[in-house]
Amino acid sequence: MIEQLIPILAGTLAAATPLIFAGLGELVVERTGVMNLGVEGMMLVGAIAGFAAAAETGYGVAAGLPAGALAGAATAMIFAFFALSLAANQAACGLALTIFGIGLSAFIGQNYISYSLPGLKPLPIPLLADIPLLGPVLFAQDAVVYLSLAAYAAVAWTLTKTRLGLLLKAIGESPESAHAIGYPVILIRFGAVAFGGAMAGIGGAYLSTVYTPLWVQNMSAGRGWIAVALVVFATWKPTRLLFGAYLFGFVTILQFHAQGLGIMLPVQFLAALPYLATIVVLVVISRDRRVLQNNLPASLGKPFLP
Amino acid sequence: MHSPVPRLELLGITKRYPGIVACAEVSLSVLPGEIHAVLGENGAGKSTLMKIIYGAVKADAGTILLNGHEVSIANPAQARRHGIGMVFQHFSLFETLSVVENISLVLDEPFDLPALAVRVKAVSERYGLPLDPKRMVHSLSVGERQRVEIVRCLLQDPKLLILDEPTSVLTPQAVQTLFETLRQLASEGVSILYISHKLHEIQSLCDGATIIRHGKVTGTAIPRQETAASLARMMIGRELPVCQAPAYEGEKRTVLTVEALSLISEEPFGTNLEDISFSVNAGEILGIAGISGNGQAELMAALSGETTVEKHSIHFDGEAIGHLNAGQRRNRGLVFVPEERLGRGAVPPFSLSHNALLTAHRKGMKNWGMVRYSKAREFADQCVARFDVRCGGSGDDARSLSGGNLQKFIVGREIMLKPKLMIVAQPTWGVDVGASAVLRQALVDLSRNGVAIVLISEELEELFEISDRIAVLAEGRLSAAQPRGATSAESVGLKMSGLFDETSTSQSSEVSHASA
Repeated sequence: MIEQLIPILAGTLAAATPLIFAGLGELVVERTGVMNLGVEGMMLVGAIAGFAAAAETGYGVAAGLPAGALAGAATAMIFAFFALSLAANQAACGLALTIFGIGLSAFIGQNYISYSLPGLKPLPIPLLADIPLLGPVLFAQDAVVYLSLAAYAAVAWTLTKTRLGLLLKAIGESPESAHAIGYPVILIRFGAVAFGGAMAGIGGAYLSTVYTPLWVQNMSAGRGWIAVALVVFATWKPTRLLFGAYLFGFVTILQFHAQGLGIMLPVQFLAALPYLATIVVLVVISRDRRVLQNNLPASLGKPFLP
Repeated sequence: MHSPVPRLELLGITKRYPGIVACAEVSLSVLPGEIHAVLGENGAGKSTLMKIIYGAVKADAGTILLNGHEVSIANPAQARRHGIGMVFQHFSLFETLSVVENISLVLDEPFDLPALAVRVKAVSERYGLPLDPKRMVHSLSVGERQRVEIVRCLLQDPKLLILDEPTSVLTPQAVQTLFETLRQLASEGVSILYISHKLHEIQSLCDGATIIRHGKVTGTAIPRQETAASLARMMIGRELPVCQAPAYEGEKRTVLTVEALSLISEEPFGTNLEDISFSVNAGEILGIAGISGNGQAELMAALSGETTVEKHSIHFDGEAIGHLNAGQRRNRGLVFVPEERLGRGAVPPFSLSHNALLTAHRKGMKNWGMVRYSKAREFADQCVARFDVRCGGSGDDARSLSGGNLQKFIVGREIMLKPKLMIVAQPTWGVDVGASAVLRQALVDLSRNGVAIVLISEELEELFEISDRIAVLAEGRLSAAQPRGATSAESVGLKMSGLFDETSTSQSSEVSHASA
């Protein structure tokens, strides 16, 4: 029984990794009071940019992730220009960005449809990987999974322990006050949106170069939306976000195994299960309206012009 | 004898906004260690002038001299480096952060919260401004929030401190504490610019004053050598208007009774109402004093019907109405004027006649469900004429009116509905002296026609001017109402800080002594 669990749990970490990147990025963006609904689009642009860079340069993932990050950040700047510089409606700009990203990535991806990449070998950590059960689950992953955990730690630390984290939260609560005491609110929001785009791009590039190392049109399959939902239901807290991402990953892998075991349920239902389970569990966790309101960045989604 | 170099000197500061000159060639000077008042009405241009000094607004023309040297101040950070600190009228604090976190955001120094907390504690004790650095700002009272703002400025070692209407939200006792702090600062050589429209405060605190009207300097004075009347003449160009309140001679009957009203606030940082009981008679104004955030918004919502409560906790004209919504209550003759003029009292982009329709549709403005716009226009025109609303006409958008004129329109609209009970919250907040006097007189006249009025206000002067009885709402609890003549600003002030258990028990023990 336990032996059967190991591949499921090990797979969970990898399946959750794109969500962790995209979710952490969006979490930082929303902390500053900006809601970028373009995560799905930025992930796809990151995915195709990462795939193309990996395929064309021959450096594989080492070229794919940075390319994905750059492409994601560049896409996010389109959003930032309209939503921040021109104070346009953030929801509309974000939705438009997603549609744009889906189209652009499909267009560029036409040349790569029959391509596949070598992917990434697991990188077992000496000694730790030999621990029974825990070893193969936690310490025999690929390097990007470790990187996602490092990103989580860095974001959580920055948000809670540094002046920058404090400032991001302050701007999310009251951009007017932050402006009154002399902070460049728009500039800092631009930085956060760029970071969010880069993180979504990395998440997308991980999907296309490591997780399933081939290009499929629209391959993020709604993960960007799950990332946006995770941020809200995690009440803008990185640790809850991590938990939500792993839950999604776990159910994703579980339903693959269920399909393999020939469980008598329609495949479409099983494929929908991770999305359903994640939303249901997170809604239950965050059903306390007060907790949600107390953590909600008060200026979220509201246009601000100094 | 040579005169010392002024700490701050303004020469010919001018700032124009589209359609209005906020400051016209304003000059003033402040000496080191001087407490200098900038006196003027709401909308006279005081706040704009201060924002120019603090670098938040750029002047179109004029010179700023600091210690005799011309400077240009492009942003607040630069102002702080020049040793200028500012305490805003609407605080620039972040509610979800702690005191020390808020303070750390304005200091240009390495990020070390524990060390900063120690310094905050030290400075706050030195100046008699007790503060717990670890408390979250949303849990602080308004007075405590102001302390945070002041301590935040003091930590930057300012040479010039600007306070914009600092006492508008303080109890009389807190005002005294603030004044002592400011005098101590001045004695240490800090110059203070004190913005206010309250004459007696300026007379007791300030060494010099510059008076501004419509963006122009109308005079400078030494406040202690002037009378309130002479300062008022410089500030508003005429005598301070006085309200006429004759005694009520009609029938005395109870219109509104609130019994054991409790309410859990729906706002995340709201105040719960606890066991509130009071009653109001026809022909009477009941003043409810207290600082906003002590349950004022919740009480207003419960009385107006915006939040429904237990049926029998509110009786209006002999009927239990706690469960009725605002529209049903309005149908019975209960009207209200909310604190937020734009957004609750009126719809900003609607014309005045459309805004009239919102509550006055009961007065024959509908015909088989169709709106009779001509009636609405007629109603709005009457309201504009009768209450001296200065505007282009009833077709003007609500948002285009000044605060005072819009408030005259809203209060007038409700008065014209011929109510039995009117509930008003902060009717003269941000309203100039002239319009305030008109509004207060309108409320008094209304009550003398047999209408019961509940006046929720932060302004003690206003409450003492027109209320017949005064109760205090603090921390969600209401004190017993006392006749105006039987109480004083000091006693109301004590209750405003939540101290009415002690006073009421001491009073009841006095009563028992007397009866024994």
